[in-house]
Amino acid sequence: MNPEAWVALALSLKVAAWATAINLLLGTAMGFALARWRFPGRELLDALLTLPMVLPPTVLGYYLLVLLGKRGWLGGWLHEQLGITLIFSWQGAVVAASVVAFPLVLKSARAAFENVDPQLERAARVLGLSEAAVFMRVSLPMAWRGILAGVLLAFARALGEFGATLMVAGSIPGQTQTLSIAVYEAVQAGQDASANTLVLITSLSCIAVLLSARWLAPQRSAA
Amino acid sequence: MPKHPTATLLLSLLTLLGLGGPAAQAADLTVSAASSLSNAFRELAPAFEAKHPGTRLLLNFAASDALLAQIAKGAPVDVFAAADQESMDRAEAQGLLAKGSRRNFAANRLVLVTPAQGGLALAALADLRQPAVRRIALGKPEGVPAGRYARAALQAAQLWEALEPKAVYAQNVRQALDYVARGEVEAGLVYASDALAQKDKVQARFSVATATPISYPAAGIAGSANAEAAGQFLAYLLSPAGQAVLARHGFLAP
Repeated sequence: MNPEAWVALALSLKVAAWATAINLLLGTAMGFALARWRFPGRELLDALLTLPMVLPPTVLGYYLLVLLGKRGWLGGWLHEQLGITLIFSWQGAVVAASVVAFPLVLKSARAAFENVDPQLERAARVLGLSEAAVFMRVSLPMAWRGILAGVLLAFARALGEFGATLMVAGSIPGQTQTLSIAVYEAVQAGQDASANTLVLITSLSCIAVLLSARWLAPQRSAA
Repeated sequence: MPKHPTATLLLSLLTLLGLGGPAAQAADLTVSAASSLSNAFRELAPAFEAKHPGTRLLLNFAASDALLAQIAKGAPVDVFAAADQESMDRAEAQGLLAKGSRRNFAANRLVLVTPAQGGLALAALADLRQPAVRRIALGKPEGVPAGRYARAALQAAQLWEALEPKAVYAQNVRQALDYVARGEVEAGLVYASDALAQKDKVQARFSVATATPISYPAAGIAGSANAEAAGQFLAYLLSPAGQAVLARHGFLAP
């Protein structure tokens, strides 16, 4: 087996894991906010946050490039104030994968929280629990199963992310060349043997993710 | 327009699917050309079509090796125009070219470019070793001729090992150019014609000597259904009119 394929796999897993962790926090928080709080522009905000799911990855990649680039307003600030460059770095790939996979967590989290019976939350409040405790001990445990389903989908999506990542992080072997990008490179260069290895590894890791999703979901939510 | 809204919707849908629209033209000539040729060929296309009514040019741009991989897998291409002899040699070795149709139609130079605004004043390849140069954009040598020329030039200057960690590999030479134009990298190695295409955003600092001269070959593809039109296009590339367009875009005579 060629070692480059394993480097690409390790990188893909690292990027997808970070993107999933970020989305677990932000997606759950945002999903809860959208499900519980009424404020003007709530549906518009939901639509905007869902946009990455329907926008072509190239459009997303371009937005991120313009925003995070050295001359972009966010990227320029990061570069000047903190010396951080996201373009052509694995952290940039994490940003791209996070944005692309975010709606999957958001949507399932919002639906899961909306399905929690408000009566139960009210009862908990009457029994003297603080808002934070109501969230941690009632809302979250009841919505957990739905959120986890979204998180696993987001992990799979982040693992396969290609378009936006290629535009933002480029294709630097060992640094930003994830599995899906390595496949593209191999096919473009006409290296079929290498492409075969890579697509096999990709398919197997996706099957593993799906299997573990089935295996994990009922066990965790049984608590 | 039918009065019934459903009928109108259905009709628009059929048009959208390309079933109700005008029929495709008789002779579509598909030309797969190296990315560096994109501006020149786009300008050349209408002139060629005007000279040969009934032939429509379909232009497909990518890195030469990517184009070769498509042709080798049976893409319906009529003409292949590459940025180096190596990719064309491989096409010929695989028996993909129409016999006797191959000819060189242009030449180019490799230049070092920096962003036009606030770019570093680099004067020689060795200056790329400065710490201020953090990233260098070049085509990936495995698939992009410009990247092969660039790597060979850096190897000849005994700089490849020192500079390889700074390399950012692009899918084609125009992407490398774009990275420089956006200021994401401090320097890039592209063709002189590319630097000209973005002359307000990048500055060509100096020419880089290449071990092999940069010459562009083109050839018809074996088994093409439009062999005659392919021949006309190849002839047009070498005609005074075709050469004038190429020269205007910074290419040199073959």
